[in-house]
Amino acid sequence: MASIGDGSERQRIAQQRLRVLAGHLRRLGAEERPGVAAQECRAGPRTRRENVPAAPQDIMKWNGWGYADSKFFFNKKGQGEFTGKRYRLSGLILPSLKDWFEGTFGANLQHKSPAVPSLNTSAVAPPSLNEAFVEELKSTGIPFSHDTEDRVFRAHGHCLHEIFSLRDGRVGRCPDMVVWPNCHNDVVKIVELACKHSVCLIPYGGGTSVSSALECPPEETRSIVSLDTSQMNRILWIDEKNLTAHVEAGIIGQDLERLLNESGYCTGHEPDSMEFSSLGGWVATRASGMKKNIYGNIEDLVVHIKMVTPRGVIEKSCQGPRMSTGPDIHHFILGSEGTLGVVTEVTLKIRPIPEYQKYGSVVFPNFQQGVACLREVAKQRCAPASIRLMDNEQFQFGHALKPQVSSIFTSFLDGLKKFYITKFKGFDPHHLCVATLLFEGDREKVLQHEKLVYDIAAKFGGLAAGEDNGQRGYMLTFVIAYLRDLGMEYYVIGESFETSVPWDRWVLDLCRNVKERIVRECKEKGVQFPPLSTCRVTQTYDAGACVYFYFAFNYRGLSDPVHVYEQVEHAAREEILANGGSLSHHHGVGKLRKEWMQETISSVGLGMLKSVKDYLDPNNIFGNRNLL
Amino acid sequence: MASKALYSHRDPVLKKRDDFEDILEERRNSSDLRYAFKCYTPVLYRGLTPCKAATLKSMVLQSEQLLHVINQVSAESGESTDVVKDEAAAILEEMAHRLQLRTIRFFAYTLSKAFKALYRSVCVNEEGIQRLQQAMQEHPVVLLPSHRSYMDFLMMSYILYTYDLSLPVIAAGMDFLGMKFVGEMLRMSGAFFIRRSFGGDQLYWAVFSEYVKTMLRKGYAPIEFFLEGTRSRTCKSLTPKLGLLNIVMEPFFKGEVFDVNLVPVSMSYERVLEESLYARELLGVPKPKESTSGLLKARKILSEDYGSMHVYFSPPVSVRSLAQGRINRSQFNLTPRCGGSGHVAQKPSEETQAFVNDVAYRIVRLQQENMVVKPWVLVATLLLQSVEGMELTELMEQTSWLRDLARMFGAFLDWPDHTPCSMVVSSSISLHRNLACVSGSRISLVVEGPQGPETPEEALFNRAVSVLSCASYRNQVLHVFLRPALLAMALSNANSSRKEDIYSCFDFLRNVFSDEFILSPGASVQDFDEACHLLVKCGAVELLHQDVVMAESGRTVLSFLTLLLEPFLQGYQVVCRYLREEATENLTEKQFIPAVRSFAVKLHLSGSLKCYEVLSSDLQKNALNALIRLNVVRRVRTNEQVLFKVNKAAVNSVEDTLGGRIPTQKSILARL
Repeated sequence: MASIGDGSERQRIAQQRLRVLAGHLRRLGAEERPGVAAQECRAGPRTRRENVPAAPQDIMKWNGWGYADSKFFFNKKGQGEFTGKRYRLSGLILPSLKDWFEGTFGANLQHKSPAVPSLNTSAVAPPSLNEAFVEELKSTGIPFSHDTEDRVFRAHGHCLHEIFSLRDGRVGRCPDMVVWPNCHNDVVKIVELACKHSVCLIPYGGGTSVSSALECPPEETRSIVSLDTSQMNRILWIDEKNLTAHVEAGIIGQDLERLLNESGYCTGHEPDSMEFSSLGGWVATRASGMKKNIYGNIEDLVVHIKMVTPRGVIEKSCQGPRMSTGPDIHHFILGSEGTLGVVTEVTLKIRPIPEYQKYGSVVFPNFQQGVACLREVAKQRCAPASIRLMDNEQFQFGHALKPQVSSIFTSFLDGLKKFYITKFKGFDPHHLCVATLLFEGDREKVLQHEKLVYDIAAKFGGLAAGEDNGQRGYMLTFVIAYLRDLGMEYYVIGESFETSVPWDRWVLDLCRNVKERIVRECKEKGVQFPPLSTCRVTQTYDAGACVYFYFAFNYRGLSDPVHVYEQVEHAAREEILANGGSLSHHHGVGKLRKEWMQETISSVGLGMLKSVKDYLDPNNIFGNRNLL
Repeated sequence: MASKALYSHRDPVLKKRDDFEDILEERRNSSDLRYAFKCYTPVLYRGLTPCKAATLKSMVLQSEQLLHVINQVSAESGESTDVVKDEAAAILEEMAHRLQLRTIRFFAYTLSKAFKALYRSVCVNEEGIQRLQQAMQEHPVVLLPSHRSYMDFLMMSYILYTYDLSLPVIAAGMDFLGMKFVGEMLRMSGAFFIRRSFGGDQLYWAVFSEYVKTMLRKGYAPIEFFLEGTRSRTCKSLTPKLGLLNIVMEPFFKGEVFDVNLVPVSMSYERVLEESLYARELLGVPKPKESTSGLLKARKILSEDYGSMHVYFSPPVSVRSLAQGRINRSQFNLTPRCGGSGHVAQKPSEETQAFVNDVAYRIVRLQQENMVVKPWVLVATLLLQSVEGMELTELMEQTSWLRDLARMFGAFLDWPDHTPCSMVVSSSISLHRNLACVSGSRISLVVEGPQGPETPEEALFNRAVSVLSCASYRNQVLHVFLRPALLAMALSNANSSRKEDIYSCFDFLRNVFSDEFILSPGASVQDFDEACHLLVKCGAVELLHQDVVMAESGRTVLSFLTLLLEPFLQGYQVVCRYLREEATENLTEKQFIPAVRSFAVKLHLSGSLKCYEVLSSDLQKNALNALIRLNVVRRVRTNEQVLFKVNKAAVNSVEDTLGGRIPTQKSILARL
């Protein structure tokens, strides 16, 4: 049931899709993000406040995910809608969202739990400034601010407890000021001053952390300075011979991709957070991109890194593609989570923009068959750019986000498809699951590749289920974070977490056991309605896979929902570890998962990391207390 | 103390138990045929994908775990893998059950008839059934009944059929297969057969464990086996065997299932079918080989009255919650799950072994706790303390006293309300008239014997049969009195009232008797506390600062308790004495039991020994195991046989300590 029609028609559709995708990214372009557009070392004139870069909080929510103009809501008729113009879903009506929402969570549109409308700045403790540091910083001309909104915006990531508190109008310890270095040398100066005056620095990139990594340690007595890299956002050079680009680390994912596209290139690194996360953040957390099967994860993409530490600047002297020069120092930087210094510049591999891109999807009778197929695909090393497998709950969730169908004919076709799959092929709608695919490359090869993958899928009872389902699956990753904000309006809280796990039976068993554990823990902790507990396999490797869990529940009747949530998440992580899963595949450790570090990397391993920290930063200037 | 988490110290009396329903009542009032053909639609495990017995077999044969072992065996033996595969298939063929509803219905009909003839009632706690049903939907369930009779597993399946629950697959000994036709019938009613010993046979073990694990992982059916390994000939709980328990817990340890629920089932019989058979067996008359004709001959038992029986389903025990904090499941993270090539099959870690052992003891104790104690059990206990007989009135009086004591100690007594004690006692005597008879105002044990003259040996043997039969009833209440009795004995042996001296004496006795009774390893302190608590409660002792002192009014209780264990104490001393006086350098395993028996017979005939239980091979084996555990006797394996090397000085010391002639610490520790 993949695309039908002759070749040219197919090509036309494909090109249209490419345009759509590019447009989706372009729409978030420069005109709407003036701060990001700065191209000189010194930022241009500011419109809002003097000497301070444009604040992201002007276009982004201060207490939720993403753009202020994009959000889900239920209209007067009780239909779901998504506002704004930025996404494919924007402006569309989602007729089945309400039923799914109410049915899954036992929520009711009458029971609302609204957020406080705006930040009460008087609730925020006044900044404790290190005057000497401020004085000297002024003399360097590097912009800074101790405006409350600037500080609060950089005091959190997107963990549930962080957003929940903000919606409640509660703010914990905030950075005392924010500085905006414009280039590597600015960072060197700031770090020098911080060391000199004993100030705590917390690097800040896109602010999309989900590991409590941006939380200011409440026990910190020094003045805390948030080092916002957003102004270091230029591509410094592109080397077309070696296919590398040298980029400042503050650049946001979508801007990097857009700017490279203008020259005909891409990095192909697309983490789900790429709209907001920064290159430096990717390096500091060992990020993983959706299309890593072609382009690799961040550690595969990086050729050279420059990092400023209290001990000095660390970088390699050449850009050799591989070296045998002792342990790779890049690997001390990758995943250091802002505890060692600030990544300022990165040389990345780039690729020409692929000629052709095609989505696809396969329906499997059950999750087990789906996992078996993914395993086989990985074994044959023929995974498409992306291959993901959603479980049944997520499949149904995806359906809840289907926009209103435009014609009776499409609705008829949908009905027919459903009939074919459930009645004719005998798939149980409560067990079937769907894999979404994204192919990339030259057209011929993509089509060959596609055939190969569908043939493997067929061996595991998989039925091709069209491009549309595939595309919707990927769209889901961009909007799901917005959905959490919707849930929080109606007493529903939730979060996602991830792990990586070897293939054999662990993938299946781990998924089942973790989901079950979540359900049980919720029940034990007094959650009234069964939670949504669902997972998907999002990456495949030779030796295992990355599994992503979504977990959400209705918290009416609970006195401390966040505590309950945290207990359940804790139990789920214990279950993951007991079942052979890792502490994290790409979210990182932060402060949220620190307690398991020793168990994960052994106490000797932890000691090694500590000794590196002690050498580079003996006075704990980079004092966010992540990881160790 | 590792096992502390598993046992919370609590007052046994406060345990709440469910009520019973008689399932035979309905059978007596409605058609058995209709019952046998009733609509049977059990609630199934929610994760189950239904499959046939044959599919199950092929799943086992194709499992990676088994294929791995097959390859290994083939590499080691030089046989081709196909040959080994065939061998595995043959093992599985011999082992596997072929559960069929038809056969079940046949049994439902015939057993209804048989049970109605044998028993007055079969009482089941229905709340337990409801809990079980719930558990069966949620998790793979393992049924762990006590094992006193062949009836046990027939009865289990019968009850589950009656309540419309999933029928279990049952691990049975291979010896049943010797019975033509019946073995196959059992197979078709869900039994699968395992060899009694297959220590070194890697392939057999692999097929067997994979078969059980596959059924468990799939939630194919509840798995039933007997933790005690075999029928207890003494009606005392046997120390648990861990092999199968290990197997059924492994899928949880390895994350293959979310949880496994263990359900202890206590089956108590007012009269055990095999009672005198067991006694003879213990005295060295070999167990009759299972045969169909033997079974048919046993028909005559159908005309006898076996009283009532009680089956108590304890609440399911979640392995997951037991393992919480005890088992680090991530220990399996670093080895391939299905045994990649070159991967050596892992032995469970010490941590895991200790845990499984604790769980096993916990389950057996749960079985014991919910075992129903009949009035006759108390009568038999008292009769054994005055083997020469006693006045009926005195018996009545003492039984009533013992009933109150047993209740206070938490026994699950089935004592009819509103019936005078004398009635209760005389009706139980009449049910057990083969064991006790009343002549005039006296009651005494029945001793069967030939009409004509008998040799002194024969007379001794016959007397021993009736004592051991009677003891098998007394044994059913031992678990209630065991800990206080050990303390009572420690009090009389210790020659000191200091708590620590008494404890060390208690600990010694507990250690010596830990093959004889269910005493969880490592729970000595808790057992001591429990014993103190109970004896204080019944006013037998007082705790003063550092001392444990006998109370004025405690003499009766303490002497009863001491007498209760006296046969065991004497038995162990006799075994020690034998080893000290008569054991040669080359005492073999085979010689041991007959030799001890004839030594004991000699003592009896010379009049220097009054205790009959020494003649029980069970006691002799347990005593030997205890001595081996205490390093007093060494087991030496030579080419063909197993020899026992005895440290005579040490044996002497154990014997003296048991007799209270030397204080605990000095003896054992100093002289070994």
